[in-house]
Amino acid sequence: MQLDHDLLAQLTWLVPVPPLLAFFLIVLFTNRSKGLSHTVAVGMMALSWAVSWLVFFNVFRSENLGEDPIRGVVDWLPFGSAAVAGTGTLQMGVLVDPLTAVMLFFVSLTCLMIFVYSVGYSNWGKPRDPHDAPGNPPHGGIEPLYSRFFAFLSLFAFGMLTLVVADNVLLMFIGWEIMGLCSYLLIGFWYARKYEDPNQITPRQAGVKAFMTTRVGDVFMLLGIVYLYSQTGTLSFREILHSEEVLNHLAATPSYIAGLSVAGLAGLLLFAGTVGKSAQFPLHVWLPDAMEGPTPVSAMIHAATMVSAGVYAMVRLFPLLSAGWHHGEPLTPPMLALAVIGSFSALFAATIAVAQNDVKKVLAYSTISQLAYMIAALGIGAYVAAAFHLVTHAFFKALLFLGSGSVIHGVEHGMHHSTGEASPSAHAKDARGHDASPQQIDPQNMMNMGGLRKRMPVTFWTFLIGGFALSGFPLVTAGFWSKDAILGGAWEGGYVVVFVVLALSAFLTAFYTMRQISLTFLGEPRTKAAEHASESDPIFRTILFALVVLAFFAITAGWAGIPESFPGLGGLLPNWFHEFVGGTLLERPEAEAFNVVPLATSLVVALGGLLLGWLTYRNVPAGADDPLKAPLGPIHTLLKNKYYFDEMYAFAFVRPAIWLSETFVSAWVDRGVIDGTLHLVARTAIPIGNAFRNYFDAPVVNGSGDLVANIVKWFGRTFRVIQTGKVQQYLLVVMVIMLVLGAVLFVPGLGR
Amino acid sequence: MTALQIIFLIAAAATLISGLMVVTARNLVHAALWLIAALFSVAILFVLLEAGFLAAVQVVLYIGAIAILIIFAIMLTRRVMQDTGPQTNQQWWVGAIIAVALFAALFVVLQQVVYPEVTTAIPPDSLKALGNSFVDPNQYMLPFELASVLLLAAMIGAIAVAGDKK
Amino acid sequence: MIPLSWYLTLAAALFCVGLYGVLARKNAVAILMGIELMLNAVNINLVAFWHYLTPAVSSGQMFAIVVFAVAAAEAAVGLALIISIYRRRQSVVAEEMDLMKW
Repeated sequence: MQLDHDLLAQLTWLVPVPPLLAFFLIVLFTNRSKGLSHTVAVGMMALSWAVSWLVFFNVFRSENLGEDPIRGVVDWLPFGSAAVAGTGTLQMGVLVDPLTAVMLFFVSLTCLMIFVYSVGYSNWGKPRDPHDAPGNPPHGGIEPLYSRFFAFLSLFAFGMLTLVVADNVLLMFIGWEIMGLCSYLLIGFWYARKYEDPNQITPRQAGVKAFMTTRVGDVFMLLGIVYLYSQTGTLSFREILHSEEVLNHLAATPSYIAGLSVAGLAGLLLFAGTVGKSAQFPLHVWLPDAMEGPTPVSAMIHAATMVSAGVYAMVRLFPLLSAGWHHGEPLTPPMLALAVIGSFSALFAATIAVAQNDVKKVLAYSTISQLAYMIAALGIGAYVAAAFHLVTHAFFKALLFLGSGSVIHGVEHGMHHSTGEASPSAHAKDARGHDASPQQIDPQNMMNMGGLRKRMPVTFWTFLIGGFALSGFPLVTAGFWSKDAILGGAWEGGYVVVFVVLALSAFLTAFYTMRQISLTFLGEPRTKAAEHASESDPIFRTILFALVVLAFFAITAGWAGIPESFPGLGGLLPNWFHEFVGGTLLERPEAEAFNVVPLATSLVVALGGLLLGWLTYRNVPAGADDPLKAPLGPIHTLLKNKYYFDEMYAFAFVRPAIWLSETFVSAWVDRGVIDGTLHLVARTAIPIGNAFRNYFDAPVVNGSGDLVANIVKWFGRTFRVIQTGKVQQYLLVVMVIMLVLGAVLFVPGLGR
Repeated sequence: MTALQIIFLIAAAATLISGLMVVTARNLVHAALWLIAALFSVAILFVLLEAGFLAAVQVVLYIGAIAILIIFAIMLTRRVMQDTGPQTNQQWWVGAIIAVALFAALFVVLQQVVYPEVTTAIPPDSLKALGNSFVDPNQYMLPFELASVLLLAAMIGAIAVAGDKK
Repeated sequence: MIPLSWYLTLAAALFCVGLYGVLARKNAVAILMGIELMLNAVNINLVAFWHYLTPAVSSGQMFAIVVFAVAAAEAAVGLALIISIYRRRQSVVAEEMDLMKW
């Protein structure tokens, strides 16, 4: 139904609210009831999704949403006067322009799918296994901290949706930080999990690592926000990014650093936040270790939403980053930084992914690589392509992660059910009642999988669709269209280096994706667990449902952005995406003319990579080494150890920081100086007190009191001899005194 | 020296000597007897002072009652007391000195006093007047009654204190 | 005519004798006898003054009679006390009655 903009603005305010409500309801009230908790969470997320899609479907046909977006603003804080814009109050608000609309579309859907998936993934419906301690991953029983998981997921969804609908940088940053918190909470969800190998990072450590690393980026981002505010007096997107004069002013004003304009410096600082949040080089180290969290978390936070938030920030701030730039001109410093770091990270992460054996770690490096694609695309000015890839990537990456979660669950099931030789009962128990399956393997290691195609068919097909989308399989997958757009943009702008690097990364992407699919699903099972894996357990119902829905979008989303100039297919469907999202910018970007080179390149690298991967990995036998190990030799070890970056950072940053806190601050400053001062004061005060006591209080004060008493006592003792008790002596005394008195009184001359 | 003066001197000497014997006699019964002698001498002195009633009262009261009472007390408290041995306490010499000093002081004072001339004579019915004064509310009825109350109290007190409480 | 001073001197001497008896004797009854002597000396004084100074008024004799009554009462009570003490402590030596010492 057609609604007017004011009502839509009200509805937009409502979009982030239901998950927040769910968070509080679950934490305060429904914590004990697992069923009630997931109902609240999924229900509220569904409500958010419904409202988001309502807003989206109301605006997706409008042609001038960019000029006339949906806005809702409230005066929030009265604030000091600003330099340029002169606002007297701090305003918070929501903004739905074309970019926001597409974000709402895919963010709400993927979040909802992940919520639904989590119900099954957390083993809803299974009884609580008494061997599962809270804070440890469950082994077949229901997750002990079920409600808490949904509470955190809801809080996270709130953060992301706030970021999406925000109309100013500050509110966006607030959502950013909430998601950072939730990332920490959810990565370390299984906080009690410990490993025997001390070098393997525990979930708790991974959470801290993620938070610390993104913090580095966030500090610079905050500096950028403050700097921007100080230069413009406002943080509202419309006022800065949609105003030609503001942008030109910022581009023209020099900043503190020679050679950089205000826009340049602010852009670089803000980009630093994205480098942290979207795990680009050099702050990429946290994302692979974030895989310690449960798989829905990896899917949601580290594929579809939170890391995309970093890219979204850059897409949103693109006018600032490219202030003063026009097509064909040399890149501004922020764009240059984006292009360089983006392309480098893309290739860097892709090379590492080739040598990883953990199914989720491959996807993690893949995420880094794909995000780098988007950043590189922005760096060279391909705005619409970057936004397009952002949308399609969310779908297929979430799909791939959820698929990997399904695989892991399936292999775990296989682990529990495999008992060696054929046995009538599937659940043989040993003396203590544990499953007597002898195989305790890492269910996430791809070398332990194989042949799951026949055993987990739905997972296989959806994973294949996702993998092909990631690789850019031509025409039918969404990834093809978005990747092609990026490569086309790079070629057309003449950025050859970027083009080559991205093409190489695309080749490696296809290669390792096919490697992953082959090792996991094709060939023969390499372990008993893989042999007995299945997806028929009832918990897989919600899992498979989410997979199918996302697979649908992984195929069809690309068709919203077919370039008009594409041979044959172009023109059949309008390039809705380009028209719609392109309207966000002041200057609507032009559609590129068709060029055969990027198309041919992308076909070659995608198909070639897939083929090579399939050929190499389709028949890896059990217990064998990785086929790449022999040809690459020491390079393979380098790749497998992620170029030893973690070790370098540990040496260069972590150890000094720990030294600083443990030795310098704690031992020297706190205990030595502060406590030492206190001890010194005590040590001087006590003798002084004692001296006072012994030399003044006891002798003088007590002494004077005692002296008075002693004098009185002495008097009494001395004079009591008069009281002899003998009456005659009393009379004697009386008579003596009487005689004396008589003499004094009556004898003239005596006395007076 | 008139006859009265001689009688006075004899009576005075008797009084003083008896008194001295009272305070120095070792045997307590002797002391009581010497006390009776002294009291009798005082009665004679009263007669010399033309206070016949008082002389009679002195004999009846002091000798007849008080001295007998004293003898009773001596008898009742006799068991432990020895008749011999020193009857003076430790600081008897202080007492002697004081007594002598006091007498000396009084004697000196008395010598220096100017004695007024006696003019009036004793009225003939002084005894009757004395009797009247006992019961006359304008005179000494109150002291009289008080004295009787005092005697009553003393009597009760003495019985209470000395009573044999079995 | 016997001068007043003779009576007074006699009374003073008797008084001092009695005083010595009170101060120096051990036996409590002997002390009481000394007190009787003192009281008699006072009586002599009183009657002498009455006789020589105000013979018309009966106050002097009255005073003496009151002294008699008081002396009697005092002797009675004192001796009762002595007897009571004797019963308790089997002794009437005044020096030994020193419970009220410090």
